[in-house]
Amino acid sequence: MSDITKQSLTELVENIKNKKLSSTEVTKAFIERSKKSKELNAYITDDFTSALDKAKKFDQKPNLDLKLPGIPMAVKDLFCTKDVKTTAGSKILNNFIPTYESTVTQNIWNEGAILLGKLNCDEFAMGSSNETSFFGNVQNPIDKNLVPGGSSGGSASAVAGQLTPITIGTDTGGSIRQPASFTGIVGLKPTYGSCSRYGIVAFASSLDQAGPMAQNVKDCALLQEVISTYDTKDSTSIDFKRNQYSKELTKNIKGKKIGIPKEYRIDGMPKEIEDLWQKGVQYIKDCGAETVDISLPHTSYALPTYYIVAPAEASSNLARYDGVKYGFRAKGENLIDMYEKTRSEGFGAEVQRRIMIGTYVLSSGYYDAYYLKAQKVRKLIKNDFDDAYKKVDAILTPSTPSSAFKIGEKTDDPVSMYLNDIFTVPVNLAGLPGISIPAGHDSKGYPLGLQIIGKAFDEQNILNIAFAMEEKINFKNKVTDWWIK
Amino acid sequence: MSKKNSEYLINRKDNQYEVVIGLEVHAQVLSESKLFSTSATKFGAEPNTQVSLVDAAFPGMLPVINEFCVKQAIKTGIGLNAKINKRSVFDRKNYFYADLPQGYQISQFKDPIVGEGKVILDMPDGQKVVGIERLHLEQDAGKSIHDLDPQNTFVDLNRSGVALMEIVSKPDLRSPDEVSAYIKKLRSIMRYLGTCDGNMQEGSLRADVNVSVRAKGSKEFGTRCEIKNVNSIKFMQMAIEYEANRQVDLIEEGKSIDQETRLFDTKKNETRSMRSKEDAHDYRYFPDPDLLPLEISDEFINELKNNIPELPDDKKKRFIDEFKLSPYEATILVSDIDTAKYFEEVVAKMGKNKDMKLAVNWITGELFAVLNNKNLEISQSPVSAKNLAILVNLIKNGTISGKIAKTIFELMLDGDKDPQKIVEEKGLKQQSDPKAIEALIDKIINDNREKAIEYKQGKEKLFGFFVGQAMKASGGKANPQLINEILKKKLQ
Repeated sequence: MSDITKQSLTELVENIKNKKLSSTEVTKAFIERSKKSKELNAYITDDFTSALDKAKKFDQKPNLDLKLPGIPMAVKDLFCTKDVKTTAGSKILNNFIPTYESTVTQNIWNEGAILLGKLNCDEFAMGSSNETSFFGNVQNPIDKNLVPGGSSGGSASAVAGQLTPITIGTDTGGSIRQPASFTGIVGLKPTYGSCSRYGIVAFASSLDQAGPMAQNVKDCALLQEVISTYDTKDSTSIDFKRNQYSKELTKNIKGKKIGIPKEYRIDGMPKEIEDLWQKGVQYIKDCGAETVDISLPHTSYALPTYYIVAPAEASSNLARYDGVKYGFRAKGENLIDMYEKTRSEGFGAEVQRRIMIGTYVLSSGYYDAYYLKAQKVRKLIKNDFDDAYKKVDAILTPSTPSSAFKIGEKTDDPVSMYLNDIFTVPVNLAGLPGISIPAGHDSKGYPLGLQIIGKAFDEQNILNIAFAMEEKINFKNKVTDWWIK
Repeated sequence: MSKKNSEYLINRKDNQYEVVIGLEVHAQVLSESKLFSTSATKFGAEPNTQVSLVDAAFPGMLPVINEFCVKQAIKTGIGLNAKINKRSVFDRKNYFYADLPQGYQISQFKDPIVGEGKVILDMPDGQKVVGIERLHLEQDAGKSIHDLDPQNTFVDLNRSGVALMEIVSKPDLRSPDEVSAYIKKLRSIMRYLGTCDGNMQEGSLRADVNVSVRAKGSKEFGTRCEIKNVNSIKFMQMAIEYEANRQVDLIEEGKSIDQETRLFDTKKNETRSMRSKEDAHDYRYFPDPDLLPLEISDEFINELKNNIPELPDDKKKRFIDEFKLSPYEATILVSDIDTAKYFEEVVAKMGKNKDMKLAVNWITGELFAVLNNKNLEISQSPVSAKNLAILVNLIKNGTISGKIAKTIFELMLDGDKDPQKIVEEKGLKQQSDPKAIEALIDKIINDNREKAIEYKQGKEKLFGFFVGQAMKASGGKANPQLINEILKKKLQ
């Protein structure tokens, strides 16, 4: 089979189970394409040699009852992987090799998947374009010099460019959904507490959540089924009844009520986005569901709230990178000098900016005005959703206020960069699940995504809605392989 | 300095100053594992052998609360007669230091697990109530070792993440003696509860001491200085004495006291400025997003309450009521849980016809002296409670005299021998046959006729001579009471 890398996860699993393909063949195919795709800069670290060994070992004694039998997979470089370098896209962890495995990746290997390598991302997941990575920016497979979004930019690029059949990212304010939207793939941010945070390099603990990124909704559901487990090693992990998301997936969403929040119709939003949203409403109706106009009155406060809460937590979470125990250390005259040089040289500009914002908003005299107030607003935002869900089963919005932009276009304007997350951030603040599915193209042929937001722990419902809409939308991603010579 | 009863005042010319002291005691929770990880907490282990990935703050590592430590804190709160807060929150206290791997300490700031309570002190001139402000749980930091290498500092993370209880008193203490009594009482309560071993040499109990002074009779508090991390009662007392006098001198010179953090130099016996209020860290406390608020049910608290052992204050009351001990005796016996246990075992083994006073005297006298000399805890006593009880009974029922008992006690020290057996083997049984003693006394009077006459003529102190002779003649075994009675009769 010559077009292995074009197959979806579901197809690959089926072909391996039916012995039409071996894990070695599949793994080889993705390694070869990955090697030809250096220009995308999707990988920070590859683990190809050991991946092939593992594939061969799998084929010798294949366990075909597993959910991901012999499936090769690259993951975002924010997940700690045992014996494989884990950098979080930062110079400060450039030499860091964990002796332990994150719960989410362990769940994946337990189901038979094989690590291909570690994917590029914004430094400590702080960014919306993958331009803050110490390891350079990532190219969007859609077009040259186009950002893939961020922070899971390498992950999005690798799935869209078919360097990996599927992947996992992390989403703190949109870091799965926004790059999924920019690259024409599916990305799910699960309910906070659904996937363990154990072994994931922390950005903002109360917002971080791992989730699947895939070519289609069914693949996405299958991976969610694998990665979502209750974990006592994470105190914020929640013990709820998890569905067999892929098995229970259905296109029957008849009678479902989908909310359309008027506050997401923001000033200056391109007409293309508005049109896409209207098309989304039509797709919903075509699927036999109905739409209901709703209000989420505190939406406009979400972004400023997020840019207080997330940096505050980050400023504290990143204090451990001090040059003392592991990672990069600069030489200094004394302890303080060593700290200052290590952190000035080890962290990039965006990370430093957020540490400073976070330190400021937690400082005595400012705490009440910023951090405490932001926490109160966060509660109001959550209340908005709670009220809305008394009337509707899910909410439909655009994923982003625009399509992918050019590399370098917004790097000098952090606020305009932050505005990218305007539709995704409220979902993190409320701890809800949200999925972005590709729903159309703009005039330049760049993909655009729609977001479906669900009730807490109701991943099955938004996956079902996405699955039904996916069929109606019948999206075809325009990947031209421009980077392959 | 003058002392009127226990009133501790500092005198300068015509002025008298009162000292106001509040303590922040750091008590290590008695627990096999750390507050948020499963690492061991044994004292004296090789450096960095009790460190998990969580303790060393590796990327992606998360804290998970140790339920046992929570129970220990609640039990301590109950022991301090304090309010147990059903909802408490862990906060991050952010600062950089080489032995603080996370770059923050997980502590409790606004919502501690235990609220207000009180501790009763037995002072020479009566009881004193000291208010407890709060008790909260927090992580200990690691240890920086600066003197192993001229260029480098070494860090030992064995202590990193060990659970501490910070017990904050109200500013109710007024003298070094009260501070001593307070620490001892806290330690006693926690040892009764098994929540802290109270070992100050090993750093299981240490305190930050807040000291201020004010004119006697004044209601306003003076500016306070905090003396950090003092690890013995003696040093606390010395530090307070020095610091109080330093502050009084400043006032007398018309200078003001700066609110600051100070260190106590044990070699020079003085406190030194560490940092001023302006240099104080901004710890940027905020709720730790890795941990949910700690919610405790009434059932959970009641279960612990129902299993609280009898605590020193109640035990003391019972000893006074039940055993008719004096408050002084009872205070001594309950101050340490192992002493109380020993005493109660002696009481139990003495059976029905027991002499409580005698038992108390033997424990607080002979036994304490031996333990002191040999530098032993009562739990390591060479004489078991059972054998001490037998010894006391032997005295009580007249089998041996108190004097012989002391000889026997010395013999018991070697291998916890049964005193009954020693009496039999060495033939040390007391002579209590009046006829035999009478015969013995007759002989002595006969041999010392002149002295007998002198006695009868009024030289009464010679009575002792006859007693001594009679004792000597019996090899110390004659019942002294009988000797007295018979001698008196014979010499009339």
